[in-house]
Amino acid sequence: MKNYLTIKIQEARKKKRKLFCVFLTLGYPSIAATERLILSSEKAGVDIIELGFPFSDPLADGPTIQFSSEQAIKKNVTIQDALALVRRLRQKGSRIPILFFGYFNPVFSYGGKDFVRDARSAGMDGLIIPDLPPEEEEEFQKACRKQKLQRILLVAPTTQDKRAKMLVGKSQGFIYYVSLRGVTGARKALPGDMKAHLLKLKRMTPKPVLAGFGISTPEQAKNISRMSDGVIVGSAVIEHLKRGVPSAERFIEKMSRAVHGA
Amino acid sequence: MKTRKLPDSKGHFGPYGGRYVPETLVKACEELTLAYQAIKNDKNFRKELRYYLETYAGRPTPLYEAKHLAAHFGRGRIFLKREDLLHTGAHKINNTLAQGLLAKRLGKTRVVAETGAGQHGVASATAACVFGLKCVVYMGAVDMERQALNVYKMKLLGAEVRPVHSGSQTLKDATNEAIRDWVTNVEDTHYLLGSVVGPHPYPGMVRDFQEVIGKETRRQIVKAAGRLPSYLLACVGGGSNSMGFFHPFLKDRDVRIIGIEAAGEGVSTPHHAASITKGRPGILHGMKSYLLQDKNGQVLLAHSISAGLDYPSVGPEHSYLKDSGRVAYRAVTDADALKGFDLLTKLEGIMPALEPAHALGYLPKLMPKTRSSDIVIVCLSGRGDKDIHTVQQHL
Repeated sequence: MKNYLTIKIQEARKKKRKLFCVFLTLGYPSIAATERLILSSEKAGVDIIELGFPFSDPLADGPTIQFSSEQAIKKNVTIQDALALVRRLRQKGSRIPILFFGYFNPVFSYGGKDFVRDARSAGMDGLIIPDLPPEEEEEFQKACRKQKLQRILLVAPTTQDKRAKMLVGKSQGFIYYVSLRGVTGARKALPGDMKAHLLKLKRMTPKPVLAGFGISTPEQAKNISRMSDGVIVGSAVIEHLKRGVPSAERFIEKMSRAVHGA
Repeated sequence: MKTRKLPDSKGHFGPYGGRYVPETLVKACEELTLAYQAIKNDKNFRKELRYYLETYAGRPTPLYEAKHLAAHFGRGRIFLKREDLLHTGAHKINNTLAQGLLAKRLGKTRVVAETGAGQHGVASATAACVFGLKCVVYMGAVDMERQALNVYKMKLLGAEVRPVHSGSQTLKDATNEAIRDWVTNVEDTHYLLGSVVGPHPYPGMVRDFQEVIGKETRRQIVKAAGRLPSYLLACVGGGSNSMGFFHPFLKDRDVRIIGIEAAGEGVSTPHHAASITKGRPGILHGMKSYLLQDKNGQVLLAHSISAGLDYPSVGPEHSYLKDSGRVAYRAVTDADALKGFDLLTKLEGIMPALEPAHALGYLPKLMPKTRSSDIVIVCLSGRGDKDIHTVQQHL
């Protein structure tokens, strides 16, 4: 099966295109809404979807994603729902790279190896597990490599250089740079040391470096895209989604233009 | 048994423990691990800690023989390790003084803590006073109501108590919020975790800081009875008093060790906090351990009459000891814990906290099986003042 993330990154490199990645909470406000948003995002030029799987204890997330997760859990969203959605999207011909984004326990509960196999065969391209550093769960990591489910690792402002080199080496697809010390959520201002960190990472690897956490306006998206290979936007999308799917769609279009015009 | 050497260098106790944390926290965990390794055997640190434990907290705590209680059951000898007599009223101060000293050595100016019953919050606020640190305590809104007295105490001690309204509004959610604060302020803030849970190095480090309970008990019982005990009994929420109490006895194969979880309204109901008895391995708060979760891996709400045991997981070393069979884990209901409270109060004039009241609540099951020469030691981890209001509603 094709890995759309690999293809997308090769294309972006050739065309020198910035990457715009949108995070959506699966099942908020409904699974049908998530499906519609993925399809409209693809049309709006979004490059990558992070499909956020709701967890009862999202300790790296701020109030916005805590809220959307709680709402989705009330609807009993399961891993099977995530797999079925991706399968459906692929059947409809969607080629947007889809990454599973979730805390480790639901995956572990499903069965790590089973999850990797089923995610890949449903058409997921990669995964991001914020509470699973590369030191843990060797078997699971091996399964990801074997099935070619790309495992994207995060690098934080607090990460020491030696460790950053290790993470950058192990991360597949791209590097997720956590742009601030703290949890996810829209911020008025982003930290001043971000540029230096991004440049340092860029020197370590030819892999694309995308920045996420706190990015909420087209202005920020544009500025940060200039110093990186693209941006990841989550909480700000969810905030718009609280006002309805069309509001979120308009916001995603605006952000996409800002990133790709950068 | 290799437990003396556990955890391994990555914080694993067999398949449990580890460090399942967001990348932003890795540096802080590594720093803390190194700092802890450095001070662990540092004579000055140990001397300074001993000074505070002895002159400030009130160590060593007595080992009291509860003769009326034993007479009530008609057999065996029962001893109580009186952690309830410590300053601030529970064993928590052993750990907060040690971590407060450590935070100072790390150059941190601020500590954050989570609290359930408020005992760890009060002990943290107290240690912050002693060492001149700023202190923020996260507490579930539900717990703040149950433990209003402790909330007021923390405020008097100069700590800021921040209510947590997310999730179940209890200890689990307070822990999430404390970790979120730590992620945000990691450069100047030490996370003063109150139990043998969380990411490496916390489970092993907090155990080491609480081990003083078991070490003293061992010396005291040998002096008092000329032999080691037949049984050790302690309550297990996150599991810090029990781990500190049990650990120095793990290699003594003849000492039978029993950890008591909170069965709430009963382990066959959905309202309990018996993670080991009813949970299965999972990942929460940076560690792998037994966890109460639904079939989709969402964490379930725990329930116990005692806020301090109201936690859906347990320290990873307890999970390891459960699997190895070295420690037996049993669950005691709210109702039996209240009976335990009543019994100790009436027979011995000691009002226990509702947490150790669970261990006392197991005595009616255990004592009939003992021989008259058997010695049972119960870790009385805290005093009952904070729970009088709850007891009043139920008894």
